[in-house]
Amino acid sequence: MPGIKLTVNGKTVEKTVEGRTLLVQLLREELGLTGTHVGCDTSQCGACLVHVNGESVKSCTMLAAAAEGAEITTIEGVSSRDGTLNVVQAAFQEHHGLQCGFCTPGMVMSITDLLRVNASPSETEVREWLEGNICRCTGYHNIVKAALSAAETLRGAQPVAAE
Amino acid sequence: MYNFDYLRPASLAEAVEAMKGEDAQAISGGQTLIPTLKARLASPSVLVDLSGLAELKGVSREGDKLAIGAATRHADVAGSEAVRSAIPALAALAGNIGDPAVRNRGTLGGSVANNDPAACYPSAALALGATIHTSAGRAIAADDFFLGMFETALEEGELVTRVDFPIPTAANYQKFEQPASRFALVGVFVARFPGGARVAITGACEGGVSRWDAAEAALSSDFSAGAVTGMAFPADALIGDIHGTPAYRANLIGVLTRRAVQACG
Ligand SMILES: Cc1cc2nc3c(=O)[nH]c(=O)nc-3n(C[C@H](O)[C@H](O)[C@H](O)COP(=O)(O)OP(=O)(O)OC[C@H]3O[C@@H](n4cnc5c(N)ncnc54)[C@H](O)[C@@H]3O)c2cc1C
Ligand code: FES
Ligand code: FES
Repeated sequence: MPGIKLTVNGKTVEKTVEGRTLLVQLLREELGLTGTHVGCDTSQCGACLVHVNGESVKSCTMLAAAAEGAEITTIEGVSSRDGTLNVVQAAFQEHHGLQCGFCTPGMVMSITDLLRVNASPSETEVREWLEGNICRCTGYHNIVKAALSAAETLRGAQPVAAE
Repeated sequence: MYNFDYLRPASLAEAVEAMKGEDAQAISGGQTLIPTLKARLASPSVLVDLSGLAELKGVSREGDKLAIGAATRHADVAGSEAVRSAIPALAALAGNIGDPAVRNRGTLGGSVANNDPAACYPSAALALGATIHTSAGRAIAADDFFLGMFETALEEGELVTRVDFPIPTAANYQKFEQPASRFALVGVFVARFPGGARVAITGACEGGVSRWDAAEAALSSDFSAGAVTGMAFPADALIGDIHGTPAYRANLIGVLTRRAVQACG
């Protein structure tokens, strides 16, 4: 069984896993990070989306063993230690971007990645980016609003941060 | 999923050696293979992970062709300046496969080796007249590589190492997405070269990715949408399923071919 060493939300993790262990199983079942959800388990829905070395990956479609040496960030790793929501999470709250909340961790991780590669996405770009994130509740409108609002907040915050 | 051993070779040579093991299988991005394993449609005893092999990654322009390593991810092809300037249609194709998370793992080599009849890359390889290089030292023309649905010329244990794409004067890929899977319900790749045009169809054909000879002949003498107006791909070679009848697909092939030619300018 492969031994692996990786970083999860800033902490070093060393584990022995089976070849077939999925990254999402490592996160949820071994590390107790149950904020990452399994919606479909068929690579469609994006509820399991996490960041691997800063980029979106469906953790149900990556072997844990393939994460050797990687830096993983899950939804548990995005808010401040005191629980203050990050900009994308706060925008979801503000714009009512969730109903049951099942898709939300994946949505937040996906949108965070979008805003990394594109600071000023158009509405169309947000919708296209979210093709691999399925929400059965909201009809997406408020999720898109939250993403656009988070982008605006982040753009507005930049000059302040630079001072 | 049945269990398997997992190997992370440090070099292509090590990977080739590991592939000699009984029931060994390569894994690259896993975006096709992991769902297949979950469905228990494959039961390898060992998976050989190619995704960490630097020698299989990257894009380089070599004269009149682009060489792309087999383990190069869709996101990297989509974002590559070399691909965008030499064959923008190929960058656009890669940038529209699945969704961003799929593109951050899935690779060119996995796509051509898998030869899914609805996949995008095989149509680009066929229309551009690409050459598929393998770990056995073979250089296989795309025309001889794609043999049928999920079938290629690869031998047991043989790995795709890179694909060379000749640079056309113009090219365009039109994809009509199956809305649930986002694969091509029909995809048409048109490439124009000084010596003539090539047209490859994906998503639609019983025999997997296929060239449309009649359209190629028409476009080679007159490269215009008008030259293919009224032409029909033979419907008896087309897939009929819950997503569309052969006649529906035949119509889409005509429409998308004309759009692709127009988009070539
Ligand atoms: C939600 C979703 C949407 C998708 N949408 C599209 C789409 O629109 N268009 C499209 O074209 N594809 C689509 N795909 C498939 C995606 O492009 C896959 O990444 C690709 O088909 C396989 O590449 P991979 O690197 O993931 O290969 P893997 O899954 O790792 O491997 C696939 C097969 O190829 C073999 N293999 C891998 N690498 C090599 C190699 N170098 N040499 C020999 N054999 C090798 C493996 O053994 C396996 O049999 C989608 C996938 C998902 C999950
Ligand atoms: S659970 Fe991974 S994509 Fe749905
Ligand atoms: S809020 Fe319920 S699935 Fe998206």
